[in-house]
Amino acid sequence: MILVILAILVWCLGWWLNSRLANSPASKTRAVQLLVPAIFGITVLLVWELLVRGLEVSLVILPAPSVIAERFMASLPILWEDFAQTILKGALGGYVIGCGAAFLTAILVDRSDFLRRGLLPVGNFVAALPIVGTAPILVMWFGFDWQSKAAVVVVMVFFPMLVNTVAGLRETSAMQRDLMQTYAATYWQSFFKLRLPAALPFVFNGLKISTTLALIGAIVAEFFGSPTVGMGFRISTSVGQLALDMVWAEIVVAALAGSAFYGLVALIEKSFTFWHPSQRG
Amino acid sequence: MKSLIAVLTVLAAIIALWYAACVPMNIKGVLDQAERAGAEVTPATAKARRDMSEIGLVAKNTFAINETWVQDRPRLPAPHQVAVELWETTVEKKITSKRSLIYHAQVTLSATLLGFAIGTGLGILLAVGIVHSRVMDMSVMPWAIVSQTIPIIALAPMIIVVLYSIGVQGIIPKAVISAYLSFFPVVVGMVKGLRAPDAMQLDLLKTYNANTNQGFWKLRLPSSMPYLFASLKIGIAASLVGAIVGELPTGAVAGLGARLLAGSYYGQTVQIWSALFAAAILAAALVALLGLIEKLVLNRMGVRA
Repeated sequence: MILVILAILVWCLGWWLNSRLANSPASKTRAVQLLVPAIFGITVLLVWELLVRGLEVSLVILPAPSVIAERFMASLPILWEDFAQTILKGALGGYVIGCGAAFLTAILVDRSDFLRRGLLPVGNFVAALPIVGTAPILVMWFGFDWQSKAAVVVVMVFFPMLVNTVAGLRETSAMQRDLMQTYAATYWQSFFKLRLPAALPFVFNGLKISTTLALIGAIVAEFFGSPTVGMGFRISTSVGQLALDMVWAEIVVAALAGSAFYGLVALIEKSFTFWHPSQRG
Repeated sequence: MKSLIAVLTVLAAIIALWYAACVPMNIKGVLDQAERAGAEVTPATAKARRDMSEIGLVAKNTFAINETWVQDRPRLPAPHQVAVELWETTVEKKITSKRSLIYHAQVTLSATLLGFAIGTGLGILLAVGIVHSRVMDMSVMPWAIVSQTIPIIALAPMIIVVLYSIGVQGIIPKAVISAYLSFFPVVVGMVKGLRAPDAMQLDLLKTYNANTNQGFWKLRLPSSMPYLFASLKIGIAASLVGAIVGELPTGAVAGLGARLLAGSYYGQTVQIWSALFAAAILAAALVALLGLIEKLVLNRMGVRA
């Protein structure tokens, strides 16, 4: 009971601290903007820990954060192996192939007005479909190892990337293209000097959307069959053994990998599109 | 009109490619069958065929090409096989039948819609809170944005099992997954939408002496509608994926996800493909429905689409 009261107290304290910080004159500074969500996150973790222990929730059903952290530290080698299998091989491999193929297709599509009119609606339509469902088919074709996961990722990221890139390549105005023409620029010159740079914000938008899709594809595809390593495999087998602390540890890895992947692409975007209004701020 | 022709051409090309792909994908199975049936096959043994490329096999056994489109359990079913299976399992089967895709689709759809309703409702509420409270904005919003970059669908199997162990089963666990998958896109989109009115418009309301409440109902909410619908379309697609994935880990017996899983266990490729297309049609219908509602609402509000 004491722990439950403590949890309520911690929650109130965290909220009070945050409202002081958010309404203080310093709230516009970078430090406070990082501090407030951090305090919120820590408060949630503390309340979770205290409530689980205070209400004596079975640790099997909802492990406390400390238990998860302990498990995380204890099984680092396994987690690393799963990470390498699912993220480095499956998700990254598929991401590179899929985005690369979509980018090249987009350049081809862009050259023909007819193709663009035909492919864009189809691409938009396919991008909204539950493509994860192709996982059982692709697992059947490419076997249980990471190749089939990469294939699922390729199919998942292809259309969002294609649609974004094609839209981006349309970004230049007729005036700008005419200017290139007056310079007697060839197709590729005006492509590399004008249209590709103008398309970059869209390309990176596609790349950023694809990071999450890649992880989802790689993990869910493992639910349909995998070698005895991989995050999706570990999650589904640990759930079966009711080892939920292991599942949570894998989810922590997935969360870290997801935000790191996204952050990496965002960083690259920043260095490539520093000229764009959204990056200047 | 020109676009329609272009789209149809692309679709025709895709179907043609699909038929073409069926030939090398299925040729080995066809030849094995033909050999067992006593037909003349080059090379004559399955072992010798295993080392050959599919294209080479097709070139040497052109008589078998027709067979690749009508196999029982092909590696890649031909489009018409999928279409026939779809027709048989939707129109010709009774809806109550366990083999009717409509029955399975309805199981998945009900979980999707329930979850979507819960997720959207909570998402809008949180967005309203975020727009009106600085503390909530600063503490919750970064987490909502980060949640978009992580594969939270990985939580799905655990949610099913945990809810099962405390005695909740049936539609609720799947709906919970659908709900949290649609929740975050709606929060992020709705916050953007409620912030869409610019300072000039907000100032105008201030000069009218409007209070926060009036500002919300008369300015913020109407101007958030385009953003809301954009995120609802993402949300419903995510909800459907959530419901399908939610059916995988428990070995559910009903639902499109269960159909996919059963098909992949028993090598029933035609069944997998038809379930996949059913899911795709369902997703397209849901998104189209939202698009229609969006059009009606925006028209009613006098926005030119």
